[in-house]
This record gives sequence, C-alpha cells and structure tokens, in this order.
Amino acid sequence: MATNAPTTSEFTDAHGDDHAHDADHKPAFFARWFLSTNHKDIGTLYLIFALTAGIIGGAISGIMRAELAAPGMSVITAFTDGNIDAAYHMWNVFITAHGLIMVFFMVMPAMIGGFGNWIVPLMIGAPDMAFPRMNNVSFWLIVPAFLLLLASMFVPGPAGYDGAGTGWTVYPTLSTAGHPGPAVDLAILSLHLAGASSILGAINFITTIFNMRAPGMTMHKMPLFVWAVLVTAWLLLLSLPVLAGAITMLLTDRNFGTTFFDPAGGGDPVLYQHLFWFFGHPEVYIMILPGFGIISQVIATFSRKPAFGYLGMAYAMVAIGFIGFIVWAHHMYTVGMDVNVKLYFTAATMIIAVPTGVKIFSWIATMWGGSLSFETPMLWAIGFIVMFTLGGVTGVILSNAGVDTYFHDTYYVVAHFHYVLSLGAVFAIFAGWYYWWPKMTGKMYSELLGKLHFWIFFVGVNVLFFPMHFLGQDGMPRRIPDYPDMYAEYNAWATYGYGIMVIGLIPFFLNIIYSFAAGKKAADNPWGEGATTLEWTLTSPPPFHQFETLPEIK
Amino acid sequence: MGRFTHIAAAAALAIAVSCGGVAAAQELEPVTAGTAPDSAISAETTADESAVAMDAAEEMGAEEVNVLAGMGTKADAAMGQPLGGMDIQPQVTSLGERANNFNTLLLIIMTVVTIFVFALLIWAIIRFRRKANPVPSKTTHNVAIEILWTVVPVLILVGIAVPSFGLLNDQYDPPEADVTVKAIGHQWYWEYEYPDEGGFSFDAIMLSNEEAAAANEPKLLATDNRVVVPVGATVKVLVTSVDVLHSWAIPAFWIKMDAVPGKINETWFNAEKTGVFYGQCSELCGTKHGFMPIAVEVVEQAQYDQWVAARQADAGIDPADLIEADAPAVATADAADVAVDTVAANAGGEMSDLVEASTASPDGTVIEQSAADSGVATTE
Repeated sequence: MATNAPTTSEFTDAHGDDHAHDADHKPAFFARWFLSTNHKDIGTLYLIFALTAGIIGGAISGIMRAELAAPGMSVITAFTDGNIDAAYHMWNVFITAHGLIMVFFMVMPAMIGGFGNWIVPLMIGAPDMAFPRMNNVSFWLIVPAFLLLLASMFVPGPAGYDGAGTGWTVYPTLSTAGHPGPAVDLAILSLHLAGASSILGAINFITTIFNMRAPGMTMHKMPLFVWAVLVTAWLLLLSLPVLAGAITMLLTDRNFGTTFFDPAGGGDPVLYQHLFWFFGHPEVYIMILPGFGIISQVIATFSRKPAFGYLGMAYAMVAIGFIGFIVWAHHMYTVGMDVNVKLYFTAATMIIAVPTGVKIFSWIATMWGGSLSFETPMLWAIGFIVMFTLGGVTGVILSNAGVDTYFHDTYYVVAHFHYVLSLGAVFAIFAGWYYWWPKMTGKMYSELLGKLHFWIFFVGVNVLFFPMHFLGQDGMPRRIPDYPDMYAEYNAWATYGYGIMVIGLIPFFLNIIYSFAAGKKAADNPWGEGATTLEWTLTSPPPFHQFETLPEIK
Repeated sequence: MGRFTHIAAAAALAIAVSCGGVAAAQELEPVTAGTAPDSAISAETTADESAVAMDAAEEMGAEEVNVLAGMGTKADAAMGQPLGGMDIQPQVTSLGERANNFNTLLLIIMTVVTIFVFALLIWAIIRFRRKANPVPSKTTHNVAIEILWTVVPVLILVGIAVPSFGLLNDQYDPPEADVTVKAIGHQWYWEYEYPDEGGFSFDAIMLSNEEAAAANEPKLLATDNRVVVPVGATVKVLVTSVDVLHSWAIPAFWIKMDAVPGKINETWFNAEKTGVFYGQCSELCGTKHGFMPIAVEVVEQAQYDQWVAARQADAGIDPADLIEADAPAVATADAADVAVDTVAANAGGEMSDLVEASTASPDGTVIEQSAADSGVATTE
C-alpha cells in the first residue's frame, strides 16, 4: 500500500489495485477485515463490535438489576468473597462501565459507525467514504478504546479496590483524589481513543456528504438519514474536542500536579462539569439523531409515502443540534448556580421540545394517508415513537429547574434517559437492523421471530423502566447498590422487566442464525414501492464496490 | 417570682442529675430555697431553659433519651421517608407543596399531550393500514398544520415557563434565616455545624440495620445524630464538602444542594410540621455513596432550645456569652454589626469563625470589644 503516491485520487487509493477489475473482487480474509478500506466491511465490523459491546454492557446491567431485585447485598458480594465494601465499590464500577459501554461502544458504533458507514455512501450514490483508510483507523481506534475500558476494571482504583467507580461522567474530585490508582487513567485514555475515533469518523462523514453526493442530489434531496448523520457528525466534531480537553485536564490533575479541578490549588470541580456537559448534552443528541434518521426512512417506506414535511424534518434536526449546544447546565441544576443562570437553562431546554415535537408530528403525518404495513422494522419504528414520546414528556418536566431539584439524581432521571436512549435509540437501532438486514446480508430474516423479538422486548423494557418513574417520585437516588425497604416493590418489577427483555433477545439471536442458515434470498428491494432511496436500486447484498458509474438524480 | 425561679432552677438541676422529673424538683425545693441569696444570678439565667427542660422531661416520661442525638421524635411511616408508592413524598414546606402542585400540573399537561399523540398514532395505524387504505396519498406538505404544531407547543411551553420561573425565583428568595446549619460532606458521612449557636458540631453516621431496627427507624436512612431544627423557622443550610462531591437532599422539603469542595452552597427550607425527615446523599461520592443518609428532626421551638442547650453544654459553650456577644454589638456599634454581617455574607461560612472566636472568651466586655474591633478592621 505504501507504493501508492499521495497524488493518486482517494478513490483509487482506497481501492488499491482492484479498481480496474471485477467490482466484486474481494481481498483475502485478513486484508479484508483487518486492513479494510471498504465502507460496507467497516460498517459490518462496527455492527459486530457494537453487538459484542452491547452484550457485555447488557450483562453488566443484568448483574445490577439482580442486585437491586431485593434489598440487601446478595449478588455482587459473590464476586467479592462476601466483602460488602468491595461489593459497594464494584457496584460503582459496574454503573460506570455500563454507562460508558452503552454510550461509546454500543449506541455510537451501531448508529454512526455501523449504519452510517454502511448506508450513507449507498444513499448518496457514492462508491465509498471520502477517506477509506481513515475510516479503517476510526474502527481500529475504538477496539483498543474498549479494551482499555475493560482493563480499567481490573487495575486499582480507590485505595484497596479495583476499577473506576466514578460514573460515566468521571466527576472530579472523586475521579482525581478519590481514585489514586491507574483505573481512571485507563478509562480516560479509553475515552481519548474513542473520541479520536469519532472525530475521524465525523470528518469522514462531513467530507463524504458534502463532496460525494451523486450528480443531481442537492442537499435538499438527501435522504433524511443522511441529514441525520451529517448533523450528528457536526455535533461530534464540535463537542468531542471539549471532552478531550476536559479529560486531559483531569489526566494532568491526576498525574502532573495541575489543579484545574482541585480547590486546594485554586481550581474548581464545577468547571469540569461545565466542560463535560458541554460535550455531554450534544452527546445525547449524537446518540438519538441517527435514530431519527432511521425512523424517518422506515416510516416512509412502510407508509408507502414520502416523508411528510421533509425540510421541516431536516431543519428540525439542525435546530436540535444547535440548541443541544446551549442547554448543558440543565444536567447540573443542583451544583449551586445563580438563579438567572437556571432561568436561562430552563427556558433554553424547554425550547428543544418544539423541534422534537415537529419530528414526532411529522412522523405521524407521514403515516397519515399512507398505506401502512407492519413488517418488523415498522413495529420498531412505531415503538420508537411511543417510547420517545414518553421519554420526551418527562424531559419537559425535568427541564424546569425548580421541579428538577426533587428529581435530580433520582430514578426519575434514570427512567427519563432510558426511555429516550435505551428505548429510543435502541428501538431505532433494531428498526435499522431489520430494515437493512436484507440489504446488508442478502438474506431475509424471519418475520415471526422479528415480531416476537419486538413484542417481548417492548413489554420487557416497559416493565423494566416505567416503575423507575415511581421510584424517582418516591425519592430513590441513582447509583446506590442497596436501598430502603420501601423501594423494594418497584425495584422487583424492574428486575422482572429485565428478565422479560432478555427473553425478548432470544428470538433476535435466533433470527440471525435462522437468516444465515435458512433465510430466503433477499430481493434488491424487498420493501416495495415505499423504499425509494438509492441503496434499494443495488443488489442485495450490494457489490463490493458500488456506483462505479455514478447514478443521476433527477 | 423569686420562689418560682428557684423551683425551676432546682428542677433543671434535678433533671440533669437524675432525669427524675417534676417530683424530684418538688422534693428538692426546700434545699434550694435556703440557698437563695447566693445563687440568685445563676438561677435567673437558666430559668427559661429549665422550664423548657421540665416540659420536655414530662413529654418523655421516664424514658432515657440521649438528647444530644436528637429529641427522640418517632419516625412517621407516612411522612419524611419513602412510602413505597408511586407519588412524590408528602411535602412539609410551602414551597415544596407549591413545587409538587406545579409538578402535578405538568404531569397532567404531559399526560394529555401523550394521550393525544398516542391517539393520533393509533388512529393512523387503524385507519391507514394497507387493507383499509390500499392507495397511499402523496401529500407531503401542509403549511397550516406545520405552523400549528410548531406554535401550539410554543404556547404550551410559555404557559409552563411562567409559573416555573415564579417558583424558581421564590426558591431563591429566602426570608431572613432563623437558624443556620452547615452541612459538610465527608466520605461517607455528614458533619453538621451550628455556626449561630456557638459553632458546635457533630457527625451523623448511618445506623446499621440492627441499630435502625432497634430504634424503630427505617434502615439505610437513620443516623446516630440528627439535624434538629425548629418547626416554622427559616433554616438556612450551608452545604460544602471536604473531599469529593456529595449532595444534601431532603425529598420532603423539595431541596437538594451539591456539596462541592472549596465552595459553600446555600439552600433553605421552612418545615411546617414536626417529625423526622430523611434523605440520602444524591451525588456519587465513592464506595459508600448509598450509605450516608440525612436525618432532619423538626421539633417545637422549646425542644429545639433544649437540644441546643444540651449540645452547647456538651461542647463547653456558655450560651450566656453568645447572648451578650450579640446584643451589645448591635446596641453600641452599628457600623461594626453591619461590617460583621458583610464579612459573613461575602465569605460564606466565615460567620461561624467570627462567632467562635468571640465566644471563646468568657468575658462579655471583651467579646463586645472584639466584635467592634473586627468590624473596624474589615471596614477599613
């Protein structure tokens, strides 16, 4: 590869010697999967990675739900030889790992790295991403990032215990003076690598979408999923450097004697929170915006009707992305801010409900007058609207700083963000998974298993997360491994719900096996006249290199 | 008058020594009456307190109560702790009640919005399923409806914002404080200080499950020492931390304030009911984050005074010094008083240090002087 001169165009560069030959000439196994420059292969790697991380992150939450099933410490103590204090710390390590894994190593890789990589070039009629090698670097940065995070669980954190028990927010001074061991350093480096991976990915998406659209595909003709990934990429590009700065300051506070966040040296722990949430709030939109895009495609397809209010939908995402940068301090209403600051952040946060409402209503309007069929992706998309509405309205309640005083850091917040993420983002991922599965694999999945998956999972997650609203209203704090007895009932419900959810995942995995083993061959366009985007004009699966002759968009 | 004072003084002594109650005081009456001339002054100063002590003693009966730990108010399973239901914990402050009502209003609005969205969704699913509507329409725009679903949410949000802003402003507009409590977060317990009562302090450690059961208190919520405050009083809580972030929260008061090392945050409440009110640390603070609860006991003023007296006695603080330290400073040196207030306001928790410094002296005159001095020094 080193022989390729930099003067060669990116496309030929990426394809190496293969470009002149048969479009389906695939490299050998190692070169194909470890030195990959093909957006579809990299997308597949991302999806496999996200699935693996999701299983690990989900298993960790299973241990947590088992511990919370009843009052008293009875599950985690099994990992600590009955040492209660060690179990308390391990709990904190679990909540930290669960949060970081699900955010950085499950949702983001699945949405952006997975579906973004796979589908964006297909949708805009491009042969590949703009920077295929950088694409490869993006993926191979996230693997060591994940390994670093897992490793951090097995090296010393606070005195006497292993792992970083700081929460995914890694607030100082718990993450500095409170964790003298190297566990937090490994977690920080993990975030650095994951962040670098995402920044490279963001640059790649922005460049690809701005420069590589097929002739005739103006910005205002791009599918909404492409718009969603474009806005997401900008959010990544603008917010992640702030996170990188914050955690670098944390790193130097920990190791090189600086005191950015240490009051003893004139620093301020709250400064970290401002920096973190300046990244953190855009981050929650980074997790959900690609989902918005997927849902728009799926609903339009199965309504057999173009998306309603296309421009409104596209610019609602731009608006959400913009407002997402100016509401961060609603995560910190209780840190002791001035009343005027809280008034501002209350008002700004509420405004987000407007473009979000536009999206919800536009999805329903897309269905309105359509000819709806309810294949598995459509079920997930409708489920998404239900879950996201429920999570959204509690968000409006929480935006009121005067009300949030009660709910801050309680299970009400846990319920809220799991409704928009664990149910919103995850439902969108499953919608995309089933929607593009025939395209990606060339095989149909089983509708029966897919629908079983949806219904059991839908019931499970609601039994799991809805009672958390009640726990929060009753005042139960987040991030505690044991609780007063009065919280027992709804915690038991939540744990049952987890069990149901896991049962719901059995048909999901069976479906993967079924599809590869016995799935019918997928047509180029299995979804009919509603599927109008360019990926459905290609074979299923698409050729290794597609659109060598660029399609013309009328 | 003099005779009554002597009886009361004797009663106080008797209770302090034997917890024997009113009967003991009556027994001792002749003895104290005989010593009247010598003890007149000291009896004056303790009269009010001892009357209170008598009341408290009567309420408690013969039961042995460690007054330092709190006034022994029984935990109420229907208030001040989780109830195991779906609702917000009952609020005992007027602002909490107001916030709760506002939250209920929000919940109603949001339920209506949710039902509306779900109804549209269900209608679309039924009416426009493929069998019922085989030929899809091609409508992709309707400017009127798009404006409508943008403007109506804006109006709803403005409607929400008005009371929301009012609530927030009032939460930040406390009346003058009657009692100031400083809550200091430690890994993993709370330390409390009463800067205006001579600066005594104590730690509140969670009771073990066995201890909590024995004390008939909820587990993981009860502490060995409680924060005692008077009912109907404005209590200012200064919250800080010496190590990592913590958060001081009492759901029944609708308050939660982070404890940030290097900063002193202020919040306040005015509890309108007596009782015991529990909360838990609400910011992840390490291994035992879930095990540093907060227990606030709201009592009648008289009981509060008695508790403060016991705490002061335990800490070796003479309340007489505190009273004299305050009064002459106000009467003789207005400028100094203002200055002291300003210093306290600017420096957050510094007030306690000033008071502590003054009260260290046993002589009232010296205290007056030192207060004036510090005032002069700071005004320069």
